[in-house]
Amino acid sequence: MSVLEALRVAWGGLTANRLRSGLTMLGILIGVGAVILLVAVGNGTSERVQQQIESLGSNLLVVYPAATTSNGVSQGFASGSTLTMADVQALQNRQNAPNVVAAVPTTGGRAQLTYGDLNWASSLTGTTQDFPQVRDYQLAEGQFFTQAQVQGDAKVAVLGATVAQELFPTGQDPIGQTVYINRQAFQVIGVFAAKGTSGLGNQDDFVAVPITTAWAYLLGGGQTNVQEIFVEASSAAAIQAAQAEITETLLETHHISDPAQADFQVLNQAQILSTASQTTQTLTVLLGAIAAISLVVGGIGIMNIMLVTVTERTREIGIRKAIGARRRDVLLQFLIESMFLSAVGGVLGIVVGGLAALELPNLVTGLTTLVSGPSVLLAFGVSVGIGLFFGIYPANRAARLNPIEALRYE
Amino acid sequence: MIISLQRVTKVYRMGEVEVHALRGIDLEVEEGEFVAVVGASGSGKSTLMNILGCLDVPTTGRYLLQGIDVADLDDDQLAVVRNRLIGFVFQSFNLIPRATALHNVEMPLIYGGQRRERRDRALAALEVVGLADRAQHLPSELSGGQQQRVAIARALINDPAIVLADEPTGNLDSESSAEIMQVFTELNREGRTVILITHEADIAAYARRVVRMRDGLIVGDERLAVTPGSEERWR
Ligand SMILES: Nc1ncnc2c1ncn2[C@@H]1O[C@H](COP(=O)(O)OP(=O)(O)O)[C@@H](O)[C@H]1O
Ligand SMILES: [Mg+2]
Repeated sequence: MSVLEALRVAWGGLTANRLRSGLTMLGILIGVGAVILLVAVGNGTSERVQQQIESLGSNLLVVYPAATTSNGVSQGFASGSTLTMADVQALQNRQNAPNVVAAVPTTGGRAQLTYGDLNWASSLTGTTQDFPQVRDYQLAEGQFFTQAQVQGDAKVAVLGATVAQELFPTGQDPIGQTVYINRQAFQVIGVFAAKGTSGLGNQDDFVAVPITTAWAYLLGGGQTNVQEIFVEASSAAAIQAAQAEITETLLETHHISDPAQADFQVLNQAQILSTASQTTQTLTVLLGAIAAISLVVGGIGIMNIMLVTVTERTREIGIRKAIGARRRDVLLQFLIESMFLSAVGGVLGIVVGGLAALELPNLVTGLTTLVSGPSVLLAFGVSVGIGLFFGIYPANRAARLNPIEALRYE
Repeated sequence: MIISLQRVTKVYRMGEVEVHALRGIDLEVEEGEFVAVVGASGSGKSTLMNILGCLDVPTTGRYLLQGIDVADLDDDQLAVVRNRLIGFVFQSFNLIPRATALHNVEMPLIYGGQRRERRDRALAALEVVGLADRAQHLPSELSGGQQQRVAIARALINDPAIVLADEPTGNLDSESSAEIMQVFTELNREGRTVILITHEADIAAYARRVVRMRDGLIVGDERLAVTPGSEERWR
């Protein structure tokens, strides 16, 4: 029997019980749809993180404290607090680091902003006057704080575009207004132009204040901790040289002779990107794995239905064997039936999952999705494979039936 | 000799109980014979027929089909024998309910690997049994006699050397039975070996040899000098 004929026979079997075939397909449809959708969410997130890192600023290097260990257990990336303002000053010294144009420290925390009776929860960035240049922020209105304001702990703030929109929704001019950050009065002196990325990890949803002011009034505990230092290299070609200079300078200021013992790390954008993409890949895999569970459930549904089908059609199998069907003819018939169920369910699942992935960002703000070609191919392949895997046992059972016993079956 | 059974036994095991359905059958059938197997219900007729039709294998003894010992054939080779050499007609028709008459009839050709002229041959076979105009009907849309004729057309499609029928008229009224028996008589006249089971005397009268069974043994084997159409001779 040719495959084409086996297909025809299998089609006859499937259409004999449309509702049941449809419901079985639905199981696979949901499974594949979930895989496509969740992997699209994972990929979308990864893509956006990548864009955000690329929009951090040009020729950018970031210095993080090294991960601290406590009782031999790593406390995670950038968990230490080894960076200080002295490090920033050392990096700004042209003699130490000729390829460095500017270095800005940042420290941060949560910021609860109030203006009139409007509230907005945002994040706080304490930094210095070179922040807009290094991080590629433009000012839409007003100006950024000056070195003098940083040195004087001035209670001035520059609002991110999102924050400005939330606190001044009617379009009035924020410049010169007093907003409260964590119950402290600050004068608004500038508003950043939007960077254009939106949603989760929104780069426009923050408020910048002088780092000294943040230490003095907002973060509490009298700490003078620098969380990270953003460094701008003089050109793309100078990034490597700058990275070496930064490492050398900081080893010296930290009095460390062995580079392996460094209590900080200097990352360029490519390195940040690969660190971040490791995380987002884990996310994607995790989401995919969760969805894959429903795919397995769908596969078990196929197996269940195929077992019922084989039992129901025992007599038919007996007839087919009596007139000359060989084992593999019967095997093929039922395998094709189960693979057809799963393949059609898979294709429909890809369509439904794909449409859901297109629609989801409109429903959930801040979510981006990206349906990737390989995930579609993989989902289709896996669904056909599931039909094969879960179909083999029932089909084999049918193929091994003794013709006489099958014919006697009522 | 097309069929030769030598001391064939068949034992069914149902848990602890053993049913000796055949207790030692010796039977030889020449090509072109028309044999009726008669006997009381439970005497082993169907068991014998299933072995002859390669649907089942003997517990002991030898079955030579066209000189080949079927014990030497594996499952798939037996399937090929059933497909090519044997046409089997059942009491309960055994058509596939959701396939049309035509599709039921061409099914052995599909399993036989025939690609060309399938439709034409199936239609021709339906023509032989007088059902060409019912080709697109489902079994449920046909009378019992018509369904059995479709089953016969299916048995004939691969031009088998042997036609086996297990009580083919058992579920039919006397008029349909007569029609069906006409078909078998015609097939035998064309030179095909026909073996059929019946427990009705008037059906057995169509045959030219009557094998009588009781308790898993052959207890009588008579050849009748029947001239076609004079089925009253056998009592
Ligand atoms: N598959 C089977 N399993 C167990 N016993 C069987 C089976 N088939 C037939 N038998 C028994 O074998 C005997 C002969 O049955 P069968 O050949 O069908 O007789 P007949 O066709 O002459 O009525 C009966 O006692 C029957 O109950
Ligand atoms: Mg019987």
